[in-house]
Amino acid sequence: MSTMSIEKPRFSLSTLMQNGNMLALLFMLPAAVFLICFLTYPLGLGVWLGFTDTRIGREGIFIGLDNYQYLASDGVFWLSVFNTLLYTTVASAVKFALGLWLALILNEKLPFKSFFRAIILLPWVVPTVLSALAFWWIYDAQFSIVSWSLIQLGIIDSPINFLGTPNNARASVITANIWRGIPFVAISLLAGLQTIPQSLHEAASLDGATSWQRFRYVTLPMLTPIIAVVMTFSVLFTFTDFQLIYVLTKGGPVNATHLMATLSFQRAIPGGQLGEGAAIAVAMIPFLLAAIMFSFFGLQRRKWQQGGQD
Amino acid sequence: MAGVEFVDVRKSFGAVPIIKGVNIGIEDGEFVILVGPSGCGKSTLLRMLAGLENISAGSIRIGGRVVNTLPPKERDIAMVFQNYALYPHMTVADNMAFSLKLNGTAKTEMERRVSAAAEILGLSSLLDRYPRQLSGGQRQRVAMGRAIVRDPQVFLFDEPLSNLDAKLRVAMRAEIKELHQRLATTTVYVTHDQIEAMTMADKIVVMHDGVVEQIGAPLDLYDKPANLFVAGFIGSPAMNMINGRLDPEDRTAFVAVDGTRLPVADPGQAAVGRDLVYGLRPEFIRLDAAGLPAEVIVIEPTGYETHMIVKLGGGEANCVFRERVRVGPGETINISIDADHVHLFDKDTGKRLSR
Repeated sequence: MSTMSIEKPRFSLSTLMQNGNMLALLFMLPAAVFLICFLTYPLGLGVWLGFTDTRIGREGIFIGLDNYQYLASDGVFWLSVFNTLLYTTVASAVKFALGLWLALILNEKLPFKSFFRAIILLPWVVPTVLSALAFWWIYDAQFSIVSWSLIQLGIIDSPINFLGTPNNARASVITANIWRGIPFVAISLLAGLQTIPQSLHEAASLDGATSWQRFRYVTLPMLTPIIAVVMTFSVLFTFTDFQLIYVLTKGGPVNATHLMATLSFQRAIPGGQLGEGAAIAVAMIPFLLAAIMFSFFGLQRRKWQQGGQD
Repeated sequence: MAGVEFVDVRKSFGAVPIIKGVNIGIEDGEFVILVGPSGCGKSTLLRMLAGLENISAGSIRIGGRVVNTLPPKERDIAMVFQNYALYPHMTVADNMAFSLKLNGTAKTEMERRVSAAAEILGLSSLLDRYPRQLSGGQRQRVAMGRAIVRDPQVFLFDEPLSNLDAKLRVAMRAEIKELHQRLATTTVYVTHDQIEAMTMADKIVVMHDGVVEQIGAPLDLYDKPANLFVAGFIGSPAMNMINGRLDPEDRTAFVAVDGTRLPVADPGQAAVGRDLVYGLRPEFIRLDAAGLPAEVIVIEPTGYETHMIVKLGGGEANCVFRERVRVGPGETINISIDADHVHLFDKDTGKRLSR
């Protein structure tokens, strides 16, 4: 038996580079710094501000749940909650229906298919503020092209006051949001449709399925995982929408189109009540969590997607 | 059950003709295999029969009824796809019952037929599983079960075994054949594997480049290939082809390009002076101490028989010997040829000339 002298590891850069844990920490550091500075800190600060009476220009003090108690009895806040839920529900449902319909059409053999697929992305590509400005003109009380066309066609005799009455304004902003959101839903669902093998459709048609039955029993069940992802994102985008409302109505008339996001901004920045604005923003979190939970359960792998053993 | 008839069927994609006038008659209850190299149009022909592709010209009849413009579901056929095309979100039982569910079959009848089919295919214990949880061979059986429960006029198989490993393929081959013997439903089966065609078919249709090269029983095709293509395609190891001409003095001798004289029992219509191809199956070359000397190039012992490649007639020839031959590469063996099993083909037209 020979004796071996085991060299004591010297602490140097090269031994550091051999250590897996150290390396992992080193590599994660930039990302962690980035996330902490730009995500965790603002979020934490927002939550903290919600518990203070901070105003612009004045350091606040901790006041516990006072902001939330105030909001609970604030009619405008509850109106904004109602508006947000209405806006999200209607816009998401219509976006889903129209988006799925468009995706199904674009999945068929069409002439100029790639051209149509490209063109459908346009509303998504245009910056929101630009398209909102365009809608602002379309909805103008006097110069609206829609009113003008309808008057020329003899259907109505005075211009429609699109953004002037509460219900008109709600319908108008929802329409604008739908127009902008459809491409995302349509293109994502189209991608999902294309993962369904053609032979399944062929097998179903040999099995005697009509085109509705093929959709109902083959396409839709196989598309559900993608629908869950797409609709979660669509709901999150719609729920947190700000730009469109801010450009079109600024929350008016009489707060009829105020969403939680716009109200939060309204109270915090122009209103100067940073604490209260932050509290409204924090109040959005439970709703967003609910949407995420919905997608979490919707996304859970169904039994048929699992492989392997029993 | 019904027979199937293809009458001058044609198909082109744009200006490119894929099927160039095909005539095939399939009897009721027959097991017919369309075989050919990839791109020969055999799958397209099957899909035209299924109604998944349009027919450019000609007509297809199922049970005497022209089905050219009928949608797939009205043709009363069932198809097994190469990738099985099982619905991944349905259990085995639901997959098999899907067509019955669509046509409104009563629940008890549906269950009876599904369990009967499952019984035949040995799937009874797997009815609650999803396709993902099955092995390749089991999925294959479910796809067949889906076809069986419908009790259709015709079964169509599109390369059903090509996704299975070699051993399973042999087992499934026997299973499909047994199934056909049991159900006696007219079956059209597409494959590129000539062994599958030889072992399973009542009748083989050899296709090449969108035309039918030859139709016949497996052994007829093997013993009397109509042309060089069929001769080369059917049989493994492939038939040996030696170029040369008949001896002008003696029509029962074939002179290969290198001057080797090979025996011919019956030259048929082969004319002296034309360029011919001498076709010889490997098993009709025998070891014979008094025969022609041939230099050994490669030896492949399989245990049961010995495959050998030797130099013969200016080219290489495959031989299959039942004996275990102890020679090495480069050595010389002596062989003789069974002249009764020699085929002669015209080199230009490829047509068979010997009887």
